[in-house]
Amino acid sequence: MTRQMTGAQIVVQALKDQGVEIIFGYPGGAILPIYDEIFKQNKIRHIIVRHEQAATHAAEGYARSTGKPGVVLVTSGPGATNAVTGMTDALMDSIPMIVLTGQVPTFMIGNDAFQEADTIGITRPCTKHNWLVKDTNILAETIHQAFHVATTGRPGPVLVDIPKDVQFAMGNYTTIQKTKVSHYQPRVKGDIDAITKAVEMLEKAERPIIYSGGGVINSGVGASQLLRELADATGAPITSTLMGLGAYPASGENWLGMLGMHGTYEANMAMHDCDFMLCVGARFDDRITGRTDAFSPNSYKVHIDIDPSSINKIIRVDTPIIGDIGHVLEDILKVWKSRGRKTNAAGIAKWQAQISEWKAVDCLKYKNSDTIIKPQYALQRLEALTKDHDRYITTEVGQHQMWAAQYLTFEEPHRFMTSGGLGTMGYGTPASMGVQIAHPDALVINVAGEASWLMNMQEMGTAIQFNLPTKQFILNNERLGMVRQWQELLHGSRYSQSWSESLPDFVKLADAFGAKGIRCSDPADLDDAIMEMLDYDGPVIFDCVVEKHENCYPMIPSGAAHNEMLMGDAKTENAITGKGAALV
Amino acid sequence: MNALVLKKGASRKSAYDLKNPLGDEVETHTLTVIVDNEAGVLARVIGLFSGRGYNIDSLTVAETDHHGHLSRITIVTTGTPAVIVQIKAQLDRMIPIHSVNDLTVEGPSVERELAMLKVTGEGEKRVEAMRLADIFRANVVDTTLSSFVFEITGTSEKIDAFVELMRPLGLTELARTGVAALARGR
Ligand SMILES: Cc1ncc(C[n+]2csc(CCOP(=O)(O)OP(=O)(O)O)c2C)c(N)n1
Ligand SMILES: [Mg+2]
Repeated sequence: MTRQMTGAQIVVQALKDQGVEIIFGYPGGAILPIYDEIFKQNKIRHIIVRHEQAATHAAEGYARSTGKPGVVLVTSGPGATNAVTGMTDALMDSIPMIVLTGQVPTFMIGNDAFQEADTIGITRPCTKHNWLVKDTNILAETIHQAFHVATTGRPGPVLVDIPKDVQFAMGNYTTIQKTKVSHYQPRVKGDIDAITKAVEMLEKAERPIIYSGGGVINSGVGASQLLRELADATGAPITSTLMGLGAYPASGENWLGMLGMHGTYEANMAMHDCDFMLCVGARFDDRITGRTDAFSPNSYKVHIDIDPSSINKIIRVDTPIIGDIGHVLEDILKVWKSRGRKTNAAGIAKWQAQISEWKAVDCLKYKNSDTIIKPQYALQRLEALTKDHDRYITTEVGQHQMWAAQYLTFEEPHRFMTSGGLGTMGYGTPASMGVQIAHPDALVINVAGEASWLMNMQEMGTAIQFNLPTKQFILNNERLGMVRQWQELLHGSRYSQSWSESLPDFVKLADAFGAKGIRCSDPADLDDAIMEMLDYDGPVIFDCVVEKHENCYPMIPSGAAHNEMLMGDAKTENAITGKGAALV
Repeated sequence: MNALVLKKGASRKSAYDLKNPLGDEVETHTLTVIVDNEAGVLARVIGLFSGRGYNIDSLTVAETDHHGHLSRITIVTTGTPAVIVQIKAQLDRMIPIHSVNDLTVEGPSVERELAMLKVTGEGEKRVEAMRLADIFRANVVDTTLSSFVFEITGTSEKIDAFVELMRPLGLTELARTGVAALARGR
C-alpha cells in the first residue's frame, strides 16, 4: 500500500527513514511547510544556525567527525546562495552532505519571483549532483537517491531543490526499499592483477613510502586499521595529507608527519627520494606535489582511489587501482601475506637510517620567547594539556591551521576537521559546533586565526543556545598571517591589507554572547589560562595574543620541489626589521 | 586490466592503448555518451567542459530511447591523450551518465553530419553551384530564381570541402548539425 502525504511530510519521513538525527538549517518563506513538519515531530533535532554558510560547515563538521552524512535545510534565494561556499568546500574535501532547499512554487519559476534563484544552475558545479523536484510523487525517491549519491563512491554534497507547491501537494511516499536501484554503483573492489603488481613492487622496494589522504578516513575506521597494519608490517614510512591526519597514529613508529607545502622535512625528502610510492586515497593536490616535473622523480607509483578521474590527473602513476580504500588495502594485505610477507629488509633498514637523519634536522624547531607567546608554543602547550582528552580539533584557514597540523597530534581518524581543498576561512567555528553536537561530551577545540574567526563568529549564538561547550582558541596575531607571509616572501614585504584592524575585544565579545572570555599574552600564564579554558563548562573564546610576525616553516615555496624547502632557522626571527614592522 | 578503462559497458581500450600516453600531440576524439534524458543534463555536460577548460568541436544531442528516457550525446573534442582520458573519466563519474564510449579508439565507426547551405546568385555561378551539388550528392530542398538551399550529409570533412567550394559561388547562410556517430558492426 502506498502512503499519501504532503510533500513536506514526505521530506521529514524520508529523512527519518534515512536515519537522520540532526539537521542544520535556517527557515524562510519557501521552506516553511517543511519547517511546520519539523515543528510537529521530535525525532529529528533541528539546529538553528545564524547564517546558512554556517549550517553547511556545521554539517561538514558533523559528517567528518561521525562518518555519517550531514543534512542542511535552507530556504530559496539567499538561503541557497549562502550555502554555496559550504557545498563547494564539501565537494573539494569529499564530505557527504545533503542540502535541501526551498524554491518558489513551480508556476512562478522563471518569473524572477521574490527570493527566486536558479539554485540548480548555481549549485551544479559545486555539488556531486542536484535535483529540482517538480512532482510530489517522486520526492521521496529523489531524497533517497540523494543520500545514495552523497554517500557512495567518492562522497560529496548533493542538493534537492523543492518548490513550495510541491511541499504542500499530496503525493505517494516511496520507501528506501522500493526506490529503484540507481545505475550509479561505483566499484569498490580493486583489480587483482593491479593489486598483485603493487605488492610485487612493494616487496622489492628499497625506499618505500606510503602517502595517505582523506580517502582513507572516508572509507571508514576499518580502512585506517588496515593502513596501520600495512605500514607497521612492512616497515614502510608513512606520511599523510592535511585531510588524512589521524588515519595512521602520530605516535606510530613509521610516522613522518604531514607532507606538502608546510609538511615536515623528513616527509618531503622521503617523498622526493623514495623508489616506491603507495598513494592511498589522496589526489596529488598542488599543495602536496610542489613542482610537478620534479615530483618524486625516481619512484614507482601506485595510486589507490575510488574516483577514476583522480588517476593520472596531475601525476602519472605506474599502477592505478580503482576501488574503495578499505577493500583494496584488505586485498593488498591478503596478497602480500599469501606471498610470504616479503620485504627488502636490508634496503628498508638503510632507508630508515636515512629518515632518522632527516628527522634529526628537527624541522619544526622554532625560537621561543619569554615575553611573547609564539604560536607554535601555544599549540605545543595546548597539545600537552589536552592530548589525553577525548579531543576533536577544527581549524580555520591560515598559518594557525598549518601550525595545528604540525604541532597537534592525531591518534585516530575523524578527529581533525579542516578546510583543505577550498581553504575556507570561517569554516572552523561552525564546524566545531557540528562536531560538538555529534559528540556532546568530547572536548572540541577550534584552532582559529583572529581574521578567519570573525568570518562566522555569529555562531557563538548557536553555541550558547544549544549549550555547545566548544573552545574557540584564537591565535591572535592581528594579521592575516598567511597572506602577510606570502607578501613578505613574494611581494617585497609590501603588506597590502593584511592586518586585522579594529578587532573586537574578544573577552567582552564572549561576555556579550554569554560565553566565557579569556585573554592571555604572557607565555608564563599560558598553561593556567588553558587549564581555565578546559575547566569551564561552556563555550569559551580564548584570545591568545601571539607574535605578530612569525612565519610558518618548513615551506615549499610555490614552484619549488620537495627537496627545496625553506626552513625556519634565521628566517623567522627578525625577518621583518623595525622599519618593516612600522609599515604594518 | 588497464585501470583507465571506463566501466559501465565502455570498451576496455583507452587512448593509452593506441598512442603515446605521454605525448602532447593534440588528438581529435569522438565520444558518445548515453545519459538520462532529464532537465539540465546537457548543461551539466557543457559545464564540465567549460569549467575544466576542455574543447568542444561539435556536440549533438537528442533522445534516442524514449521508453528508457535516454539520450545520446555525441561530442567531438580535442586534447592531448592525457586530457582525453581525463575528459572520459570526468564524464563517466557524472551521475546521469550511463556510459562513455570513445569511438576513435574503440574500433571502426561511422560519422555523419548534415548541413544546409543557402547559395544565392544568378547565371554562371548558379549553374556551377548546381553542378557541384550534384557531384557531392547534395539535395536541393528549396529554390527561388536566385537562390538554392542545399542539404548535404557526410563526414565533416566532406561538408567542409563542399562549403569551401560554395563560398565563392554565393554562400550566404550555413547551418550544420554537428556529428552523429556509431560504432560499426554489432
Ligand atoms: C574566505 C577566504 N577569504 C580569503 C582567504 C585567503 N586567506 C588565506 S589565509 C588568510 C589569512 C587568515 O588570517 P587568520 O585567520 O588571522 O590566520 P593566520 O594566518 O593569521 O593564522 C587569508 C585572507 C581564504 N582562505 N578564505
Ligand atoms: Mg591572524
